[in-house]
Amino acid sequence: MNFDLDQDQELLSSTAASFVKRASPPSRVRKLREDPLGYSPDLWRQMAEMGWLGMLFPESAGGLGRSFVDVSLVLEHLGASLVPEPFVPSVILGGLAIARAGSAEQHQKWLAPLIEGRTTLALAHDERDSRFSTSRISTRAERDGDGYRLHGEKVFVLNGHAADSVVVSALAPAGLSLFVVDRGAPGLKATPVSTIDGRRAALLALDGVRIGADRRLGAEGQALPVLDEVMDVAAAAACAEGVGVARAMLQMTLEHLKTREQFNTKIGSFQVLQHRAVDMFIETELARSITIAACIKADDKDPVERRAATSAAKAQLAISGRFVAYQAIQLHGGIGITDEHDIGLYFKRMQALNTLFGDEDHHVAQFAALSPAP
Amino acid sequence: MDLSFTPEQVAFRAEVRSWIASALPPHLAAKAAIDAPFEMPEVMEWHRLLYKRGWIAPNWPRELGGPGLDATGRAILSEELEQAGTPELSPFGISMVGPLIIQFGTDAQKKRYLPPILSGDEVWCQGYSEPGAGSDLAGLQLRAADDGAGHFILNGQKTWTTYAQYADWIFCLVRTDPKAKKQEGISFLLVDMKTPGVTAKPMLTIGGTPAFCDTFFEDVRVPKENLVGPLNGGWTIAKALLGHERTLIAAIGGSTRAIQKVKRIAAATKKDGKPLLEDPVFRHRLTRLEIRLRSLRMVYYRALASAQLGRAPGPESSLLKICGAEILQQIFELAMESMGLDSLAWFSQPPVVPPIEQYVPSRYSYLRATTIYGGTNEVQKNIIAKAILGL
Repeated sequence: MNFDLDQDQELLSSTAASFVKRASPPSRVRKLREDPLGYSPDLWRQMAEMGWLGMLFPESAGGLGRSFVDVSLVLEHLGASLVPEPFVPSVILGGLAIARAGSAEQHQKWLAPLIEGRTTLALAHDERDSRFSTSRISTRAERDGDGYRLHGEKVFVLNGHAADSVVVSALAPAGLSLFVVDRGAPGLKATPVSTIDGRRAALLALDGVRIGADRRLGAEGQALPVLDEVMDVAAAAACAEGVGVARAMLQMTLEHLKTREQFNTKIGSFQVLQHRAVDMFIETELARSITIAACIKADDKDPVERRAATSAAKAQLAISGRFVAYQAIQLHGGIGITDEHDIGLYFKRMQALNTLFGDEDHHVAQFAALSPAP
Repeated sequence: MDLSFTPEQVAFRAEVRSWIASALPPHLAAKAAIDAPFEMPEVMEWHRLLYKRGWIAPNWPRELGGPGLDATGRAILSEELEQAGTPELSPFGISMVGPLIIQFGTDAQKKRYLPPILSGDEVWCQGYSEPGAGSDLAGLQLRAADDGAGHFILNGQKTWTTYAQYADWIFCLVRTDPKAKKQEGISFLLVDMKTPGVTAKPMLTIGGTPAFCDTFFEDVRVPKENLVGPLNGGWTIAKALLGHERTLIAAIGGSTRAIQKVKRIAAATKKDGKPLLEDPVFRHRLTRLEIRLRSLRMVYYRALASAQLGRAPGPESSLLKICGAEILQQIFELAMESMGLDSLAWFSQPPVVPPIEQYVPSRYSYLRATTIYGGTNEVQKNIIAKAILGL
């Protein structure tokens, strides 16, 4: 066992920390939430130049083939500063689906420009009635000559308002399959939506979108294991970001307790508040520790190991993250309720992360289903 | 980063496991199977078996009888012992006074006291708390007056002296200078329980089991050579011991075993004609605990990996103590719930409930102690607030 970062990882982590500190303070969220794009294409290219957008992909797909733990180090800092660039939608959701299911030609077509920071991606999977399931969808892919026509509606597609290409899950005649649809394809209608955490997503209506067979990722009907892996890794990614969010909230709250004065003394001298802060620390450490395990296991070849580790961590993040977020607001007092204070931005980001890629109940049930019989 | 154990560590775990399976005598194994409470002679019987195997004092240096295991090896050993339900050893000799004598004792004291602690020939208990000195331990009053003729004369009372009724020796914090500031007039003294004037009165715990005592001292003469460390220097020693006591107490193995027990009870209990274990509401609550335990296990492994690199256990051991204690309580709370009306049974003879359920109500009750002993969880939170959070 070893939980120390190696030299490369230390460097990666400190580079990420100083980059987000310089380029993306949390207050950016307040400006960008009014912006139709919601992020900066220039910053996106800078992230590409640092190699972040290709880290996760195997070298065969033009990536750096680094471990998910390495990716998680970047994610934690992105979380800690609420960086709104569409890293998870592009790299983890759309990108990983293409990397896993796509051909070399498809990698070249969609991953290469992403890795260079010239494009962004999205994954359109969730539907009104799918509720975190990887398979219960009703979007259809009808065969049409040598291609397909897609019919259905997808909800809360992260980065769906801006992605150059969207990976769409649909039921083809042979079963669950993945397809890539470009922005502006005839029959594709994207309705932008604002989300609680100040970001952008889209509702996508697919009304007979015509695509060629070369836009199908992998064999028809074989998408379930890919979607399962993508959702597990996305859950681990949310945990890594969430740990960054929780640690930042704890730090901000401690800072407040050490500076705010009432009754002629620092409020951090009150035992009831000290113990609350300790409870926040404990929950943060629990979530952080199990997240490390999930990130190590996110690359695991065994899907049961991978899923048990990521589901356990995502459930714990929901429990711990919610607690930390609520107490952070409470301990800030009235100022914590104002839009001008950053703590509220963190609170809402944590709420979004706890819902995305499966909420607490979903992951507790999923973990229970994998847990060994007595 | 790497979660896996080395091949040597995996082999060591297997070795411990198979040794326990063959070494645990059948009458103890039968009790372990249903988590029945062990009597003191049974605890000492197991102590001697571990002593013969060389595993009785994992934290002691090799030259004094320790097995020479590293931090991970020690954790594997204790996790396996807990998980197998073997008798919980008395910690007072091996884990508490032993390490202190090693750290602060004279050569003569080491030679006199350490071998019988290892072999189990002498049983120890701890004289720290008093009726008026609990969390505020430094307020202790047990007076040790210098008689000017090579002895201290002890008068006063200790309480929560677990196992005093079986103990040959008690290590005490005593007040040697009543005029000094309260932390500065305390000394660390070893007292033979057979000395005239020492009386231990056992009390039942709320678990219905005998564990702790009130121990009274009436003009007890203790030779000065029984002083460990400098006169009036006992507080420093006491703090070192509290550190030892908290070091990586997380009861991970015990909680893992308890979760399995809840599952077995719930699998054999019917609700609406189906096993309770399949009830979604119950299963959800159980799984949340399993996940929390898994999280704590990772905190523990991180602390271990850090200890492995020779870093001293820091205040994060307080976190392990707080969470470990709470989780064990919560698991037994769920065990009680899973039993339904069976949870009303209290030591009935002949048993009226399945053997696996028999001792759960007692254990559930007694385990309220885990958030109190070893420094209450509230005191642990004070430590974290100050030492880690800087409040």
